[in-house]
Amino acid sequence: MAIKRLITALGVTLAALIAGGQTASAEVKIGAVLSVTGPASFLGDPEKKTLEMYVEEINAKGGVNGQKLQLIVYDDGAKPSEALTFAKRLVDEDKIVAMVGGSTTGSTLAMIPVFEEAQIPFISLAGAIQIIQPVRKWVFKTPHTDTMACEKIFGDLNRRNLKTIAIISGADAFGKSMRDQCVAVAPKAGITIVHEETYGPSDTDMTPQLTNIKGKADVQAVINTGFGQGPAIVTRNYRQLDIKLPFYQSHGVASKQFISLAGPAAEGVRLPAAALLVADKLPANDRQKPVVVSYKNTYEQKSGQPVSTFGGHAYDGLMILIEAAKRAGSWDKAKVRDEIEKTKDFVGTGGIVNMSPTDHLGLDLTAFRMLEIKDGDWTLVP
Amino acid sequence: MAEFLQFAFSGLTVGAVYALVALGFTLIYNASDVVNFAQGEFVMIGGMTTVFLTLAGVPLPLAALIAVVAAVAVGLSLHRFAIEPARGASAVVLIMITIGASIFLRGAAQVVFDKRFHSLPPLFGNDPIRIGGASILPQSLVVLAGAVVIVVLLWVFIDRTLFGKAVIATAANRLAARLVGIDTRRMGSFSFAVSAAIGAIAGILVTPITLTSYEVGTLLALKGFAAAMLGGMGSAVGAVVGGIMLGLLEAFAAGYLSSQYKDAVAFLVILIVLFVMPHGLFGRAKIERV
Repeated sequence: MAIKRLITALGVTLAALIAGGQTASAEVKIGAVLSVTGPASFLGDPEKKTLEMYVEEINAKGGVNGQKLQLIVYDDGAKPSEALTFAKRLVDEDKIVAMVGGSTTGSTLAMIPVFEEAQIPFISLAGAIQIIQPVRKWVFKTPHTDTMACEKIFGDLNRRNLKTIAIISGADAFGKSMRDQCVAVAPKAGITIVHEETYGPSDTDMTPQLTNIKGKADVQAVINTGFGQGPAIVTRNYRQLDIKLPFYQSHGVASKQFISLAGPAAEGVRLPAAALLVADKLPANDRQKPVVVSYKNTYEQKSGQPVSTFGGHAYDGLMILIEAAKRAGSWDKAKVRDEIEKTKDFVGTGGIVNMSPTDHLGLDLTAFRMLEIKDGDWTLVP
Repeated sequence: MAEFLQFAFSGLTVGAVYALVALGFTLIYNASDVVNFAQGEFVMIGGMTTVFLTLAGVPLPLAALIAVVAAVAVGLSLHRFAIEPARGASAVVLIMITIGASIFLRGAAQVVFDKRFHSLPPLFGNDPIRIGGASILPQSLVVLAGAVVIVVLLWVFIDRTLFGKAVIATAANRLAARLVGIDTRRMGSFSFAVSAAIGAIAGILVTPITLTSYEVGTLLALKGFAAAMLGGMGSAVGAVVGGIMLGLLEAFAAGYLSSQYKDAVAFLVILIVLFVMPHGLFGRAKIERV
């Protein structure tokens, strides 16, 4: 008897769920799988907040193409296997029309086959170049690639006439990928990598590796590729060992949190980053200035936290999608995809985007600014 | 030579952290035969509570004290509401309970605190001490000193007081201990409270070096457990020696061999040691009396 009642109850709940799902389908569903918790939470957290605050704003203005947006966010905890599961759920159960996100490279690469097969436009927020190279029909991304970061750093090295360098890289996906890209483009830039070290993503002391770098006489500068807390510890250890060589970090640590974690050790560290970080310091005639200042103010006001470039990537992704949908005049997946690919002269927080069938990122090196940390704040390197 | 010294300093710094975590494992194991995988979470609670209280304007010493009290409260509840009701269950079940508790605590910490990394100011400044071309942070010495003080206090307490002897008796034979009038349940909750306090103190001391976040406990518990196994589960001296050995192994492997394989090298050595000495360096074999 009890079992029978239970089954009835289950049936009723199920029916209610299905009915609920049907009434909600008047809205356009946009999916997002973000690393809101876990080691990449500093990516996923601002991304989620950004998407939520702008979807709310867009809906308050009546939505897009006469339809309101419904944002469905899942948290993969930076685990690609979970991202894959959520991607399938977004396609099969939630029936989304477009996808923004994939905070990490690992999660994005895991999800690509799902959206390629389902033919759903997918704008990733992760760094690695493998996401858009080779070009995949349905996959785009907004953040600068590691290759561009390497080229920007090498350009700065050449200006300072430094030719031989050492790389210390984190053994996480981002650190490894950027290291590979740097090694690949170094010869073209006339840079020789004479020594390499690695560290685990959750290691707490990197002085042995840095001691080895310090012992190499021909090293003129050091680059650290990695994200999370690792680079902050590397930076502290670098000062602890009193290494005087110019020190470069990657765009992976371009947030105020890095400065606060590394403390005084961060002084003099250079890194490539988006204009967003130095919004107030940009010259008035910079085309990106209005966009980045507006985003920074909105984000900081609503979330009460300092702005990070990662949230900016989510802003760019969402806006590129919205603009494309407006141009397409409908939420037809194929039309939206075609319009995303035709994005031209879109001024975002990450740079000015010009996409093409062979370039699903659309940024060039001008999007990166070389920054130096001075007195606990960013400054533009001229 | 300067290189060797630098690797040794690095190993000591990291090893002292492992040693403090391993000590927590040891005490609970001694008193209740439970391998407590939530030990790393005590470290996290100590560090994170102190960080958030100081951010709220509480002076550091008071914040640290409250953090230790908070960890002790969590340790006592863990024992009272999770371990004690399952008394008599097999060791594997108890270990699973502590793993569950650690996942729960990590999840709760995300909500109570946040998901970012945090740091604390070091006690004696950021200027490294330079010895023979190598350098060590003053805070590393603080952590090492902390480990030594805790070991001495534990030893005095366990070996020199009646209450401490009661803990040992409980560990040796629960039934016999009860028969001579020892409140074994109190011994259990006592060991959880002290382990939590040790963990919290470790968390506060190491945060200026290692940084902290809601999930630092996972890795620390793993390394601390490995250190405790290497030193011999149940031996306080073993825990410290094991922790520092593990730290040194990692540092020398990273420095002299390859930074890529340092963890593998460290664990390989542990495996070899355990193969030759199954009870660890300082562990005693359990004797079954018939």
